[in-house]
Amino acid sequence: MDEFNAYLIGVGGQGIGLLSEVLIRAADHAGLRVKGVDTHGLAQRGGTVISHLRMGDRVSSPMVPRGKADLVVALERNEALRGVNTASKKGGALVYYDTVWQPLGVRLGHTEPVGEDHIGALCRQKDVRLYKVYDPELVEPRMQNIVVLATVAKHGLIPTVLDIHYRRAMADLMQGNMLTKNMALFDAKI
Amino acid sequence: MKQMGEMLLRRESFEEIVMGNTALVRAMVASGTRVISAYPGSPTPEIATAIGAIPDGKRPFYFEFSTNEKVAMEVAYGASINGHLSTVFFKSVGLNVASDTFVQLNLMNLIGGMVVVLGDDPGANSSQNEQDNRHFARMAYTPVLEPANPSEVYTCYKAAALLSKKHHMPVILRMTTHVCHAKEKVAFDALPDLVFDDTPKFDVGNGPYIPITSLVFPKKRRALANLAAVESGAEESSLNSVTDHGNDKRGIITMGLPFMSLMDVLEKATQKPDILKLGFVHPIPKKLVLDFITTHRSVKILEELDDILENDVKKIAYDAGVTTRIMGKADVEDWVGEYTYDKVYDILSRTWPDLLPVREEADQGVVVPDRPAQMCPGCGHRSAFYAIKKAIEKNDITVADIGCHTLGFLPPYEMGQLLMCMGASPGMGAGLSLFNDSRKVVAFMGDSTFFHAGLPGIINAVFNNHNITLILMENGTTAMTGHQETPATGKNVNGVTDKIPLKGVLEGLGIRHIYEVDTYQQEKLTDLVKQALADDAFSVVIARHPCMLKFTREQRRKKGYQGKRVAIDQKICDQNHECLASFGCPSFTRKEDGSVEVNPDLCIGDGSCMQTCPTSAISPHKP
Repeated sequence: MDEFNAYLIGVGGQGIGLLSEVLIRAADHAGLRVKGVDTHGLAQRGGTVISHLRMGDRVSSPMVPRGKADLVVALERNEALRGVNTASKKGGALVYYDTVWQPLGVRLGHTEPVGEDHIGALCRQKDVRLYKVYDPELVEPRMQNIVVLATVAKHGLIPTVLDIHYRRAMADLMQGNMLTKNMALFDAKI
Repeated sequence: MKQMGEMLLRRESFEEIVMGNTALVRAMVASGTRVISAYPGSPTPEIATAIGAIPDGKRPFYFEFSTNEKVAMEVAYGASINGHLSTVFFKSVGLNVASDTFVQLNLMNLIGGMVVVLGDDPGANSSQNEQDNRHFARMAYTPVLEPANPSEVYTCYKAAALLSKKHHMPVILRMTTHVCHAKEKVAFDALPDLVFDDTPKFDVGNGPYIPITSLVFPKKRRALANLAAVESGAEESSLNSVTDHGNDKRGIITMGLPFMSLMDVLEKATQKPDILKLGFVHPIPKKLVLDFITTHRSVKILEELDDILENDVKKIAYDAGVTTRIMGKADVEDWVGEYTYDKVYDILSRTWPDLLPVREEADQGVVVPDRPAQMCPGCGHRSAFYAIKKAIEKNDITVADIGCHTLGFLPPYEMGQLLMCMGASPGMGAGLSLFNDSRKVVAFMGDSTFFHAGLPGIINAVFNNHNITLILMENGTTAMTGHQETPATGKNVNGVTDKIPLKGVLEGLGIRHIYEVDTYQQEKLTDLVKQALADDAFSVVIARHPCMLKFTREQRRKKGYQGKRVAIDQKICDQNHECLASFGCPSFTRKEDGSVEVNPDLCIGDGSCMQTCPTSAISPHKP
């Protein structure tokens, strides 16, 4: 593989860090050369957080250039729109969990809320395949990232990375009850 | 990776996916670093996270978070002149705090060696500026090594430690945000057998360590001679490299993360320029640079932030009478921001218009609501700002300081109208209060900052009788950088210590007007601030509430944890939006019909919002 870019976006507190760790390790288990970088620090406090993941033999910087993401993974609706707008390349893919963490401007009534239709329209414009996920039965919001992960795995959205690689990555990073719960959810959703 | 601590001490060689900050810790272990000191600040706190993963008692070094960067620098210095290889690390602006000690280090015979690890922040991702600390290195005759990725962090630190031990001088390892946080697979060597000789070797015979009057000159000459020796060693160093594309017309000199961006950009170039990448960025290897510029017709200096490398290269060219065209910064924007792929693409397209294909703009111009960082659900600072805003007049002046509470400047609070650096609020507030009888001055400060650099400003307010009110936002931790302990916590990274209580310190300073309250008692806080503002002297309000992010994380780890939240009774709610628009907890969602809902993903059920509702429509959710 020459180059495959994944751009993960969400809100601080949604568990994007774990998702990014699982993906980077899964890519490694699949034998890909992989690198990336996460947002740390102040921005994690309820702001937009981004994790970059880059795979392939012709990749140098850990950061995904604008408009070069083959895959955007978003954990929230507003961030899905932001991610596709700035990062998606024409013909890429978007997976997003359709929860809404209302941004400040919308809460204060200064800004129009983002609807699902906005995302659909932008995806059509940029020829981006859209995978919306949402699970009303999911009690623990901190496991939304696993539902998203299962969607990436199910549709094979990262070339050469297979179910077994995602499972091995999860086992690398979690243990005990946390691993059991997350693995059961992954198995159910894939 | 579950066992990061075990990994960092593993005897054998191995490969692992790690971030730059983690690779640094393995390099410190491998180099036999004996004393490490720091103050938390992004992009460096994960260095301490990796250190913390090594169980207490197994660490082959001493580590502490000192009270500020200057103290940390002094601890590392003291250890070095006693014969220990030491290292201090902190963020970019931390060097301003530490500078008084740092600029003298080059004069001293650092017999154990000492590496200064800096986390510079091009792009101001989490800093109040994007200062280029290579300026400090020049002023202090201190070499700088700069890695471009985590693998190079590992090799550059080891090289810096060797260099420092060889010349008994300080050496800077300059990392930038996306080198600290970049993740990739790094190949680590087996650990060497290290035997530590802990005999205290301090000896004035190695000095003198008193740099005054005529004693300064021989020391300065020694520092300059050291620098020259480092430069000649740099000529042969494998930390500098040339990428030869067989192009005798165009060359690029660069370093650090911009090199990584450049390599990506050149994938699109038909005729790739040759590249000289420097790992030694101060002093630069003159012969190597001269050879590179004389073998190319034009050379671009691709350099993030300031034009230091550009000036160095131009000086070399001028002195040698080389006529190669050397192109540095052309535009103000070349001085601003991080040199990402996109930035480098634009700069090189301007430098050589035929080098790269014209790019399509990816952004479709869609408007997406901004999402600035904000205080967490349940944050005690939110209750504090909501309550304090009621106590002050519209025209009063509020002075911010560094910490999570800085975020109070955002709507709907707009509390804290000016910000400078750690501990600056009482001093700035004092200045704002002079010749000013009409507008009260309120300064904010967090508890970690209080100990870091806050005390001199507070003592000044007492000493010079400044009539301002200081509100200490005490959350019991250094929250913004990842919950490090403070001197008031009662423990440090190594174990239990005596607590230094804020109130006891203030009383000891003779401050007569001290108030304290939990910030969830919003009405009481409003009243106390009013009282404090009415005092005809310096007054302090300790506005206390534990960091709820930390608290909630700790609760979640407990067995049988049940999440809590509040609910809004839609029959009672009259949609006055006080909770949403004035208290402004992110857990509240405004629906299109004007009704308000609680987002169960966000609410932690702390209930601090309930008292803000004029109709009492908010109550604990009953499952």
